[in-house]
Amino acid sequence: MNKLNLDFNLVTEARQSAKVIADDIQGMIDLHTTVSVERTVLRLLGVDGIDDIERPLPNVIVDAVKEAGGLPMGLAYWMGNAMIHTNQTPQEIAEAVSKGDLDLMTIPQADLESIKAVVTKKAQETVAVIAQNRKDRDNFLETIGEGPKPYLYLIVATGNIYEDVLQAQAAAKQGADIIAVIRTTGQSLLDYVPFGPTTEGFGGTYATQENFRIMRKALDEVGEEVGRYIRLCNYCSGLCMPEIAAMGAFERLDVMLNDALYGILFRDINMQRTLVDQYFSRIINGFAGVIINTGEDNYLTTADAVEEAHTVLTSQFINEQFALNAGLPEEQMGLGHCFEMNPNIENGFLMELSQAQMARDIFPNAPLKYMPPTKYKTGNIYKGHVQDTLFNAVSIMTNQGLHLLGMLTEAIHTPFLQDRALSIENAKYVFNNMKDMGEEIEFKKDGMIQKRAQTVLTESVKMLKDIEEEGLTNSISQGKFAEVKRTMTSGKGLDGVVKKDAQYFNPFIELMLGGQ
Amino acid sequence: MSNQIDLTKVKPYGDTLNDGRMQFSFTLPVPAGDEADEAAKQLLTKMGIEEPAIVFSEDLGVGYTFFTAYGKCQHTVDYSTIDVPKVDIDIMDKYGVEDFIKEHIKRDVVIVGACSGTDAHTVGIDAIMNMKGFDGHYGLERYKGVEAVNLGSQVPNEELIAKAIELNADAIVVSQIVTQKDVHIMNLTNLVELLEAEGLREKLVVICGGPRISHELAKELGYDAGFGPKTYAEHVASFVVNQMVDRSLI
Repeated sequence: MNKLNLDFNLVTEARQSAKVIADDIQGMIDLHTTVSVERTVLRLLGVDGIDDIERPLPNVIVDAVKEAGGLPMGLAYWMGNAMIHTNQTPQEIAEAVSKGDLDLMTIPQADLESIKAVVTKKAQETVAVIAQNRKDRDNFLETIGEGPKPYLYLIVATGNIYEDVLQAQAAAKQGADIIAVIRTTGQSLLDYVPFGPTTEGFGGTYATQENFRIMRKALDEVGEEVGRYIRLCNYCSGLCMPEIAAMGAFERLDVMLNDALYGILFRDINMQRTLVDQYFSRIINGFAGVIINTGEDNYLTTADAVEEAHTVLTSQFINEQFALNAGLPEEQMGLGHCFEMNPNIENGFLMELSQAQMARDIFPNAPLKYMPPTKYKTGNIYKGHVQDTLFNAVSIMTNQGLHLLGMLTEAIHTPFLQDRALSIENAKYVFNNMKDMGEEIEFKKDGMIQKRAQTVLTESVKMLKDIEEEGLTNSISQGKFAEVKRTMTSGKGLDGVVKKDAQYFNPFIELMLGGQ
Repeated sequence: MSNQIDLTKVKPYGDTLNDGRMQFSFTLPVPAGDEADEAAKQLLTKMGIEEPAIVFSEDLGVGYTFFTAYGKCQHTVDYSTIDVPKVDIDIMDKYGVEDFIKEHIKRDVVIVGACSGTDAHTVGIDAIMNMKGFDGHYGLERYKGVEAVNLGSQVPNEELIAKAIELNADAIVVSQIVTQKDVHIMNLTNLVELLEAEGLREKLVVICGGPRISHELAKELGYDAGFGPKTYAEHVASFVVNQMVDRSLI
């Protein structure tokens, strides 16, 4: 499809530049591991639970190994060795370590090949569980079905998982296809994942494996009732990116926010840390059949949506390459963009339509994540509802994938039950009433809509060329994205990054890379 | 028409003066039906609404009912005696502020901004601090004579204060968007307490802002000023430079 008369040679050029950029970073990624990657390995090997002062066991073990200088070998090595030595399960070993009954670093070391064999066998069991979860999802989709695209994506954020369940089930009954449980503010900067069901959070609910399980069960139940599989979304970002991916894979989450660039720019997380974390998390998400969401839309809540539109496209190209490197297929790439122009701009709707169509044409197989207006919501709920209506119109006309519902009360409070209902009603009305509009219309040759997209693409190609020359990390340190500057050694979490030993291994990368 | 309005007894205007007509929308945790509508009516009556009419009601899917309703308000307010505390200064535009600094302060004014505590929503602080500003109003970074440092999101109060000391700041500007469970009140109070403990409170102009912040609330919490919605960089800048002169903080 080429409704905008785009020069697809430019698109090819852009992808080539993005590949060079991503491959350059991959070189750094391949040399390093992080505390969160190693905690994830432990979780995937079956370690869970907390010690008597509520520290998660994966943290207890990894911190002990790190302290003793053993991190470069990787936790698969130390755990595999302990499995041979003690003939116990990883969970039993972790409990013994946390009680001080066992020291992974001082027990005799078996030879590398037998350690690999033991750990890989255990890893295969986990991988089979995750593969089965994926089959279960496919089975649900085949038997009870799903809503049409764009999927209606709604957020719950009460802080209490049981209250979230009530709101999520209401939303599903009203027509939501995806429920995202917003995390409590600040969780992205915690270097551990809390444990158990939680009922206290600010602006959201803790992501814990138990909370995932509670919501999954609730959505499966309501899905049966309404005759649609309801997807569950959470936030695989921040300092525990790959751990959240693993927990999501265990509990059959379907959608995950998962974007290192977002963490670097907006959460000031160290870039080495989060790029290494992202790689492993995307491998897990890819294998688990999870649709990832990227955070490019956020650039335009900070910078100007008209002038900086090309930065979104640029980042989408780069994110696409990062995802491909981690074996995550196009069909699972929920690349982010948004409807955030100042509503007072003359013909702003035409530009929004142009950009949404451009993203559709350039990433034809990606379930694009389309974000609603937020920046220019004022508290005038009546106008807000109309802004959302225009956004809904663009979404259905350009066949977006994941449609985040705008709220008339954006900028006022976390949505009331009725706010969600009104928002869903609005979207369903527009989606039904304008269903095939996109199929029926063509854009005037060299008109405003075509020209706008061509301009944005041209600027993006140029920006990608600059980044290719400069390197991604230098470009970020110059503030090229969202006008935010970050450096290789600034930000949170750098102390959790180590260079891998030559004998380092992580059995899950090999077992999971390449999707199925 | 205006001469008919009695400002000592003001009530809502629907389509006729003093008809008292108001619009309501809310949800009750009961299933839709005649009983639900009656419950909504009774509630409105208790609120002092005469002739309540439920014009729309619908079940939200979980046995809760959403209502749109109208009714006549019986109450009035005395507008003539109202007194709202406001940031009481003349707002200068960007050039006015720049000239004011050149003339009265004669050095760079250092303003440190942050979205402090656990709040990750930088849209407000960015609108005030960043070069581009918001809605055609340039941010403080673009002001000549202002050194604006935006620390971004989730900045612990301790770190914010340390940065203010390091940069020898004249003013601290804090944005708070998340207000669930009054987390913003706790955080804003904590910042002032820390500043007082460090003996810095009187040496700095301290300002907070956000969609749920009023000047009155800010003063109560120990801030020099609070700015709500529709605030642009020039409001903050005008206040800071005036305070510096008035309080001899130059």
